Amino acid sequence: MSMDYFLSEEQQMIVDTARQITDERIIPNRAELDEKHQFPRQILNEMARADLFGVPIPEEYGGFGGGCFDIVLTVEQLGRGCIGVGTAFSANFLGVYPIILAGSPEMKAKYLPDVATGKKFGAFGLTEANAGSDASGIQTTAVLDGDEWVLNGTKQWITNGGEAQIYTVVAITDRSRGPRGASLFVVEEGDPGFSCGPKEKKMGIRASSTTELIFKDCRIPKDRIIGRPGTGFITVMKTLDLSRPGIAALGVGLAQGALDVAVTYAKQRNQFGKPIIAFQAVQHMLADMAIGIESARALVYAAAKHIQEHPKDMSKASSMCKVYATDVAMKVTTDAVQVLGGYGYMCEYPVEKMMRDAKILQIYEGTNQIQRNVIGQELNKEYS
Amino acid sequence: MKIIVCIKQVPDAKDVRLDPITNTLAREGVQSIMNPYDQYALEEAVRLKEKCGGEVTVISMGPPQAEEVLRQAISCGADSAVLISDRAFAGADTWATAYTLEHAIKKIGNFDLILCGKQAIDGDTAQVGPGLATRHGIPYITCVQRIRATTETGLIAERMMDDGFDVVAVDYPALLSVVKDINEPRVPSIKGKMKAKKAEIVRLNAQTIEADPACIGLPGSPTKVVNVFPPQARGVRSVLTGTLDEQIDQLVEKLLPYL
Repeated sequence: MSMDYFLSEEQQMIVDTARQITDERIIPNRAELDEKHQFPRQILNEMARADLFGVPIPEEYGGFGGGCFDIVLTVEQLGRGCIGVGTAFSANFLGVYPIILAGSPEMKAKYLPDVATGKKFGAFGLTEANAGSDASGIQTTAVLDGDEWVLNGTKQWITNGGEAQIYTVVAITDRSRGPRGASLFVVEEGDPGFSCGPKEKKMGIRASSTTELIFKDCRIPKDRIIGRPGTGFITVMKTLDLSRPGIAALGVGLAQGALDVAVTYAKQRNQFGKPIIAFQAVQHMLADMAIGIESARALVYAAAKHIQEHPKDMSKASSMCKVYATDVAMKVTTDAVQVLGGYGYMCEYPVEKMMRDAKILQIYEGTNQIQRNVIGQELNKEYS
Repeated sequence: MKIIVCIKQVPDAKDVRLDPITNTLAREGVQSIMNPYDQYALEEAVRLKEKCGGEVTVISMGPPQAEEVLRQAISCGADSAVLISDRAFAGADTWATAYTLEHAIKKIGNFDLILCGKQAIDGDTAQVGPGLATRHGIPYITCVQRIRATTETGLIAERMMDDGFDVVAVDYPALLSVVKDINEPRVPSIKGKMKAKKAEIVRLNAQTIEADPACIGLPGSPTKVVNVFPPQARGVRSVLTGTLDEQIDQLVEKLLPYL
């Protein structure tokens, strides 16, 4: 139904596997997961068994060595089912990318094989109550005390909090150095002084677990620092640049799922003696939805492929696809509710959840306002 | 543990239409799939292998295109696959099919367990499993909804009945045919798909399995399909369309005169 993007056989295998998981495991269970705010552990285990957690992990650690485009293909299918489940899956890699990008070979060998098999999940701890868009305002500190780092502070709204085993956490190691004073650490479930707060109740992506991470004199071994001290924000920026196309892909998938429901409904809902899809007003809405989705898809695919080949030139492509696809997702899901009319508002039909879910895509992993800042700054640099 | 799983490629039943003039199955455009019951048998075999160690071999008697379902089975965890294919097998009923499978299995070697689906969704006879077991002279349990326990020498299974279930113990070698309640088949993994793509499918024909030509295919079938026809429609039928509420309104209108 979407245009032909000339995928390779391996890429098509990834898409088919993710699609089957979505159709057989996610879609039948999404309403219940949403209602109960329930973490989709069983579905994630099935995904692990189908090898989906191995997609972006380097081959020497048990994965397929896939790149940004392979993750985008996977996550787009999951998003068509439920972006709550998709977020749980994506945030796992957000937590793991710092290790892949900047971890020592010993650190990679210690953690990545378990991530590839889905035995352990990751989470990424950056945001704090007073540090969202202004990430440099974080207050969590890490002080070296003999053979251990001691962390103090609280992270807020961390996806997979309480469900993950591996947490990559950003903390200030030298406040006098400003943005070069932060470092990344691996904190493990069970480390002394580390706990997670209760699950937040959210507007959408309710299957995703969102909690505080609380560090009270949390002691971790010296070798848990990722890369050199002071490189924290550099690795954070690279991590976010790498994972944003995944968020964009969630948006494309979500919007596609919403369009599928809207068109199917419009074909069988009769009013004034005809199916409503016969009316131009409805047709034009559906047409604009379809145009938005296909352009978003094309942009996300192009950005992902560019990022794979040009890892030093990720930012603009990454930000552009994230902004566009997530704005499209919000518009398409809202329009889908409109096409379904009164039925769209009822919980019995899936589109109200899709609209509630869509909002977060414009906010997390860098708000769409920040993304536009980044794009503007990149344009400025390019033309000097 | 050596497990053999019998699978069949069948037309996707929901797509099949009967040509109203010739009364034959219209197969154009109809997808071929693995018989759904066989998927459950395969999943159970793979789970047994994961629990007890061993090997799962899938076999299928069919035309060359049946290789597709054998590869699908490998992507779901089977270790090896055998296609039993020959023009001489065409037109086989369940008697001839059981004969053919028995001879193929004798060529494949020793086994502890044969697993089958309860029935094929095109033939619906549910006869091949028991027929095959009888030919091998091994005990069989049909309609297995759960395997309770396994030992070195046998297993204990629950056999679904109309009003509950029996608990049956059996020693290897044995045959089980399974129902859909037994498990939920896994989604094939990416590694499984890659393995399936490269897999070598062993091919057997009438000669290699040393089959007597009089016992296979149409010649070997005591039963013949003489006619296939849809039952005559009784009474007026109508299909309600629209949203659930619209359908309910229509249904109430139709029922009111009868109250």
